Amino acid sequence: MVEYRIDRRSGVATYLQIVQQTRQALRLGLLEPGDKLPTAREVVEATAINPNTVLKAYRELEREGLVEARRGLGTFVRKSLGSAPADSPLRGELAEWTARARAAGLEKDDVAALFGAVLEEQFAPVETHTTSTQGDPV
Amino acid sequence: MTDTAIEAYALTKRFGRRQALRGCSFRLPAGRVCAVVGPNGAGKSTLLSLVAGLDRPGGGTLTVLGTSPAEARARVAYVAQDKPLHPRLSIADTLRLGAELNPGRWDMAVAERVLAGGALDPGARVRTLSGGQRTRVALALALGKRAELLLLDEPMADLDPLARHQLMGTLMAEAAEHGTTVVMSSHIVGELADACDHLLLVSDGQVRLGGGIDDLVTAHALVTGARPAADLAPHTVIESRATGRGVTALIRPEGPLGGGWDVEEPSLEELLLAHLRSPDAPPLITPGTSVPARPEVTA
Repeated sequence: MVEYRIDRRSGVATYLQIVQQTRQALRLGLLEPGDKLPTAREVVEATAINPNTVLKAYRELEREGLVEARRGLGTFVRKSLGSAPADSPLRGELAEWTARARAAGLEKDDVAALFGAVLEEQFAPVETHTTSTQGDPV
Repeated sequence: MTDTAIEAYALTKRFGRRQALRGCSFRLPAGRVCAVVGPNGAGKSTLLSLVAGLDRPGGGTLTVLGTSPAEARARVAYVAQDKPLHPRLSIADTLRLGAELNPGRWDMAVAERVLAGGALDPGARVRTLSGGQRTRVALALALGKRAELLLLDEPMADLDPLARHQLMGTLMAEAAEHGTTVVMSSHIVGELADACDHLLLVSDGQVRLGGGIDDLVTAHALVTGARPAADLAPHTVIESRATGRGVTALIRPEGPLGGGWDVEEPSLEELLLAHLRSPDAPPLITPGTSVPARPEVTA
């Protein structure tokens, strides 16, 4: 059974923390297809969060096709999330890139900020009517 | 069971010369966990005691679980701020009394589960207990009643952090399993932010914000920009402050903001503090939780 850890100060919405921790458990193989997620009652009893928050997270996971609710039985994992294996070409390229960034004099935080910014850019949702200023370019 | 737990319209209550409630109107859908927040003396406790049927409103109408507060009392559990219990009874006797006063409803297993976390001696008399231990006994009584509506006035104030987390967990588990509507007052926002999905901000005897917490938060925006405050005029500005050459403000956007503003979603705490600092900001009751004006109002 997975246990969720809610960090009130993370700034990440509580339901998203549950979604992310479930995805992470799938990536790490802590959860596999057929495994049962804890019931809303079990989660809220341990974390003292609102039951609807758990249901919202489970609905999101269901929408992503990762889990399915079986009436009267609970919520079950449908598929695993394949992570990039340790020796994949992508990981190798990232390791090379990181080494180059470091050789160019970037600190760990700079690299993380740069990576985060590019990640945001590449996975950005469709532009809405509001604009938000980006962080300073590194 | 109706889909509305509480409906209040133009509620007023006066204690001597002090006007505790001056026209409270709101609707709380059933099954919600509602935080009632506001400064001391705002009218939170008065509102809860009226809903509990312990006192009558001076004016306005109040419907609880589809009926009058007095008739709903068997289905409502109320834990007052001072946790009134019989000081000479033992804990075990207190629970037995709960069972006898609530025939057909009482759930001894739940009451005992609430007590179990506190390592209490069932033979101990209530008057020998600490404030936090009495809170635990009062919550055991309230949960054992298996009420459809739980009214808790500052329930967690005397508890240590571990007991607080544990009892809030028990409370949420009961709400998850039985769909109980819970109404909790507090002035500690952090304590409620994760547990509640609905909010009533009461100040000066009126509801200033009412509705689902997500809806209330997304109805507001925290904006910062190097622009004059006048540019925010088309929107409802709750609070604005000069920051460097520009302005930072909490607003209710009334349409697109236009470029040049850094827009963030406020936290629940920022939302509440901004409204408390700006008593003249217009109230916001989200659709579905407001009560339309009615012609016949009993006084």
